[in-house]
Amino acid sequence: MNRYILARFMLMLPTLLAVAVLIFVLVRVVPGDIVAVRLVLGGSYVTPKVIEAERARLGLNKPIWNQFVDWMLGMIRLDLGTSMWSGEPVAREISIRLQLSLQLAVMATVIATAVALPLGILAAVHRGRWVDNLVQVVSVAGLAVPSFWLGILMILFLLSVFQYLPPLTFTSFWADPKANLAQLIWPALAVGYRYSAVATRMTRSALLEVLREDYVRTAWAKGLAQGVILRRHALRNALMPVVTVIGLEFAFLIGGLVVTEQVFNLNGIGKLIVDAISQRDYTLIQGLMLLVAAGYVVVNFVIDLVYAWIDPRVAYQ
Amino acid sequence: MQTIRSVTGVLLVLLLVLVGFSMPGTAQQPRSGGTLTYVVTALPPSFDAHRETTFATLHPMKPHYNLLVKFDTHNYPKIVPDLAESWTSSKDGMTWTFKIRQGVKFHDGSVLTSRDIKASFDRIVFPPEGVISIRQAMYQGVKSIETPDPQTVVFRLKWAVPSFLDKLASPFNWMYKAEILARDQHWYERNVMGTGPFKFVEYVRGSRWIARKHDEYFERGKPYLDGYVALFITSRSAMMAALRSGQALIEFRGVSPAERDDLRAALGDRLQVQEGPWQCNLIVAFNTKKKPFDDVRVRRALTLAVDRWAGSRALSQIAFVGPVGGVMRPKSEYALSDTELMKLAGYSRDIQQSRNQARALLREAGVPENFSFTLLNRDVSMPYESVGVYLVDQWRQIGLNAQHFQAETANYLATLRAGTYDAAVDFACDFTDDPDVQLSKFVSSDVSPINYGNYIDRPLDLMYFQQSRTADKATRLQVVHQFEKRLLDQQVYVMYVLWWQRIVPHWRRVQGYTVTTNHYVEPDMAEYWLSE
Repeated sequence: MNRYILARFMLMLPTLLAVAVLIFVLVRVVPGDIVAVRLVLGGSYVTPKVIEAERARLGLNKPIWNQFVDWMLGMIRLDLGTSMWSGEPVAREISIRLQLSLQLAVMATVIATAVALPLGILAAVHRGRWVDNLVQVVSVAGLAVPSFWLGILMILFLLSVFQYLPPLTFTSFWADPKANLAQLIWPALAVGYRYSAVATRMTRSALLEVLREDYVRTAWAKGLAQGVILRRHALRNALMPVVTVIGLEFAFLIGGLVVTEQVFNLNGIGKLIVDAISQRDYTLIQGLMLLVAAGYVVVNFVIDLVYAWIDPRVAYQ
Repeated sequence: MQTIRSVTGVLLVLLLVLVGFSMPGTAQQPRSGGTLTYVVTALPPSFDAHRETTFATLHPMKPHYNLLVKFDTHNYPKIVPDLAESWTSSKDGMTWTFKIRQGVKFHDGSVLTSRDIKASFDRIVFPPEGVISIRQAMYQGVKSIETPDPQTVVFRLKWAVPSFLDKLASPFNWMYKAEILARDQHWYERNVMGTGPFKFVEYVRGSRWIARKHDEYFERGKPYLDGYVALFITSRSAMMAALRSGQALIEFRGVSPAERDDLRAALGDRLQVQEGPWQCNLIVAFNTKKKPFDDVRVRRALTLAVDRWAGSRALSQIAFVGPVGGVMRPKSEYALSDTELMKLAGYSRDIQQSRNQARALLREAGVPENFSFTLLNRDVSMPYESVGVYLVDQWRQIGLNAQHFQAETANYLATLRAGTYDAAVDFACDFTDDPDVQLSKFVSSDVSPINYGNYIDRPLDLMYFQQSRTADKATRLQVVHQFEKRLLDQQVYVMYVLWWQRIVPHWRRVQGYTVTTNHYVEPDMAEYWLSE
């Protein structure tokens, strides 16, 4: 088992390095220049001398390979650099937003899992009956409705009916749990619904497949109770693809809720990514993309561990 | 007789009282207390206004600072004292002497002197190595800044700068503390220390900026508010929800007509809407290095095809544009009258005749029917998209096929600067009508880095130079109008489409606010108060 964990962990490092190189090159291929966005956009008269001075200050006048080496040396020292837009350390810019994004991802995952597992099991067990049809309708609707649109509807409903708008600024859960939940519960519900739809369908189809296996038929033939068959024999084996879907969706939620964050004015990672790209803040884009990639890599690593826990045969292969 | 006089007197007094109560703004005395929450729709880069150009720096942070002199937001463009209590100019306009208020305190309790004013302006006019002063070019006429005593600052100029006071009143010219600047010229990029009506409390990046009242502010009784909170909300729908719910009471930049109507419908009498002209405009820049836009006949045809007067009526219903004008803001002291304006290409009320002329010019220039070109535009809906679509339609009516290409802002700017476009919707916004500022964009491209037309025109440069050094207002005006005629009519390097119209809705309980011609001189936070 330890060798399995070590092997999986070691695989993360070259993946992250490849991602770093790719990000560094890609952000520089896209046309645009932070100095122009910052100094020239307003239409003010700015002398070429000022523009050159700003480029020099940001290190943009150095050769590309030189900029890459600087960035890599910083990474070795665990220093992601300084945001070209705000002058703040990239790590600080990210950490301010990460708390919100992580909490939202956890809340949405809890909601989605709490809804998806029972509904998926129910639909599989009652396949073809009205319960199954109802679950299918609810989950297809969840897939069809974008979470940002559901968010807009929620806000309009709350405003029109209750003259209430969730708080617009983030308060840490530890500082004021009530204010924190008042803000995050609505986006968590909007995102969790779509997320649960994906997981429900996956749970249903995986369970249906397992329920057709010979060993389950044998269990039925032995006269075991339905609950025991489901819990002990079917569900455990059906969980692998469900865990994969839940894990990947979780990783997506860290940086992928761009529009939903805009709708609820959430100061999260998704919004920061959009701002950084539109401002061509190279150092911040690099840091953020690396975070998102690291999120996926770590989640995949955890999924691999969960696989091994669910099915010990995986670790020995 | 005596009784009649008494009765008349009583009636007059009653009438005056009634009139007084019915007039808005005169009935209520400013009330102290409360926190004003407002929206800022962009994120500030640094905290240092000397190096920034965006309102996103001004709106949350300006209340921490004072200027030397400032624009009166109730009577724009009148200039009133701020840290300077009075000033004089020598007869030749070459020396300006400012008397500084006594007892003005920074938020750390230290007293402001002329040394702080000099250090701040030295940083703006003569920035040391490594310091960016973005408006340095505006102060080319300044020779030296002197402080003969702690309450006096003297500006000596190289030539008489006609709008020198307007330039000093730039809302970006925050006065910093000399001692801090002497220690670290970059300190203000990430820290706050001013003399303004509000002290800094907290900034959560991307979320909120919080300030509280400066109890030792030099204006007695002000500020009225206990504090303010600026919420950074970049999404329009979230901003509208914030205003509608009352979580924010105002946004100082402006909304579209549709957004105004939505808020009116939702809030009714609780909402007040102030509207007025805006010192921002949309223009079309032609790439004079590219065929057929190197031909003045083609450029002239393009401007002749656009019906600005009808466009103003139609587009003002859906976008925050409206006034028709030339290079100077319509109705400003430098603007051409409508009669004069209509003599320029593209401003005639007879659009059919103009379009006939346009077609003839295109034929003469050898431009084929259905000629295709690209109109570069920003992918910002308000007001760029509406105006871009309107232009495409107008040009179609003279047989041109313009493809509307909306690029994301950084990409748009990169294309403009690379000079790889055909025609582009460009824009300018500023805090003053001063021709030095308004015309600087249009001098030759080897002089102005923000001239995207790629043309060299020395006569135009000379006119710019002349107006900039002409103290006599009437003569200066003449030169400005010559410049305008050459730019828009004779050479048609650019065409002005429409100027913007500001619409600022706010909750009625926000008092003391008057909409001005630009969003840079606001907020004047010491003036605002909450009625409940």
